Amino acid sequence: MSAPRDKRCTEDEAVAELASGMTIGIGGWGSRRKPMSVVRAMLRSDLTDLTVVSWGGPDVGLLCAAGKVKRLVYAFVSLDSIPLEPHFRAARQSGSIEDEPYDEGMFLLGLQAAAWRVPFLPTRVGLGSDILRDNDRVRMVTSPFADGEELVAVPALTMDAAFVHMNRSDARGNGQYLGPDPYMDDLFLGAAERRFLSAERIVATEDLATEGPPQSLLISRMLVDGVIEAPNGAHFTSCDPDYPRDEAFQKAYAASAKSPEAWAAFREAWLQLSEADYQAKLRTDGGAP
Amino acid sequence: MTNPLHDLVERADVCVVAMAECFRGDGEILANPIGTIPMIGGRLARATFEPDLAMTDGEARLIANDEAFEWPGGKVVEHFNPYRQMFGWVWNGRRHVVMGGTQIDQYGNQNFAAIGDYRRPKVQLLGYRGAPGNTINDTTSYWVSNHTPAVLCQRVDTVCGVGYDRAAALGPRAARFHEIRFVVTNLAVLDFDTPDHRMRVRSVHPGVTTAEVQDATGFELVVPDDVPISRLPTPEELELIDSVIDPAGARFTEVARS
Repeated sequence: MSAPRDKRCTEDEAVAELASGMTIGIGGWGSRRKPMSVVRAMLRSDLTDLTVVSWGGPDVGLLCAAGKVKRLVYAFVSLDSIPLEPHFRAARQSGSIEDEPYDEGMFLLGLQAAAWRVPFLPTRVGLGSDILRDNDRVRMVTSPFADGEELVAVPALTMDAAFVHMNRSDARGNGQYLGPDPYMDDLFLGAAERRFLSAERIVATEDLATEGPPQSLLISRMLVDGVIEAPNGAHFTSCDPDYPRDEAFQKAYAASAKSPEAWAAFREAWLQLSEADYQAKLRTDGGAP
Repeated sequence: MTNPLHDLVERADVCVVAMAECFRGDGEILANPIGTIPMIGGRLARATFEPDLAMTDGEARLIANDEAFEWPGGKVVEHFNPYRQMFGWVWNGRRHVVMGGTQIDQYGNQNFAAIGDYRRPKVQLLGYRGAPGNTINDTTSYWVSNHTPAVLCQRVDTVCGVGYDRAAALGPRAARFHEIRFVVTNLAVLDFDTPDHRMRVRSVHPGVTTAEVQDATGFELVVPDDVPISRLPTPEELELIDSVIDPAGARFTEVARS
């Protein structure tokens, strides 16, 4: 008799499997259901020169501000309630990161191509726009059929590792979202070599059915190598229905882009401590910095 | 402008009606107006002359409610519509989006990605978002709450949303789904109903002159001999907007009360 794989690990253990120069995918959308406890672990690490693939939110801003990002693969970066992400803007305007822009739909196709192990997927999206000027990985492709149509080839967005955050999971990596939207989290895991899932709560497999309907079981354990229990792990992004975005904290985060001193103060207060201490500090400080 | 009624109607309500008119004739498609006044206008179109439109709750559901932002009686959910499904509608040709733009030029090219040289922008904005895909696959309209020469400008720095000159260069097959219908602003309604699809004044809002619209625009507009006044809301429409669609007056945060 052999036992199932034990996939449980901590954020720091998962991040220790990464190396500088890797391409890292981060699930969620904008400032929603982001694996922030993992991002915080990346910020504590000495990782650098990362290529980050994301429906960008504060994950992107934090990694840019900390100087971890070499190249950004994205369609937008936004904090939702604060439309423009100040740390991402600063990085772009100072020229400190390489830029690989996509249209949102192209980005979906790139993730899907990687998950399906094909080199590209064709689309009409991008024709006539400056995406073809600004993204040097996108190509044109001619339909091999009688129509001969000229289409855009979106390259597969393969990754060395990907991280997503779910509301519930079992210890084997069967992940469940209970909020309004699955986003593209399953595609990130399908597109990556090493796959990690963090969850608000790890429950017994037989208890997943009491948490939500079968269609909420978005992630199969076949897509997961490591499972991280991370209560409040998406903080300060939203993780409905477990908790909403911490708007006061997000405002303070955004304000930290105003000067190097403000960023240094935010970093010292909130990013140079363990995840356990971060969560404890949130509780004692009433949730807002 | 001699009609005394004009003075009694709020500019925001004229803009709402103009947004609603964007969707006239669309039938059973996803009307996806992004922004406060666009959302109210879309709801108004569905509640009156385009009853078959489908609309979102701003998140992952299509809902049947007439209310634009708050649903005291709960949402009437028709469909599960997560982001990935939205691309299904766009690529299937079932959507008319209303977007904003930091820059829009005379052929309807639109930019909200970055201002200045794209490689190292002076001002980084959102990114390309969905603009390339929206404009090449479906009908698009634009909402500009602050009509200035910087927004309605001679040349956009980055083409996110594809305009008519770019579409023409692609040829009729690649561009067969492209249509920029209207640009609704706080001053006027603009369209592209000209031989070379240059932007034209379709109507001016009550109290605004064609000269004022031209002065607020960074390129030369096509101006017909007779420019009509934008349609006023009917009493029934005003009642719907005030009591059902936007009772809290969110529209006045985009276009202030007179």
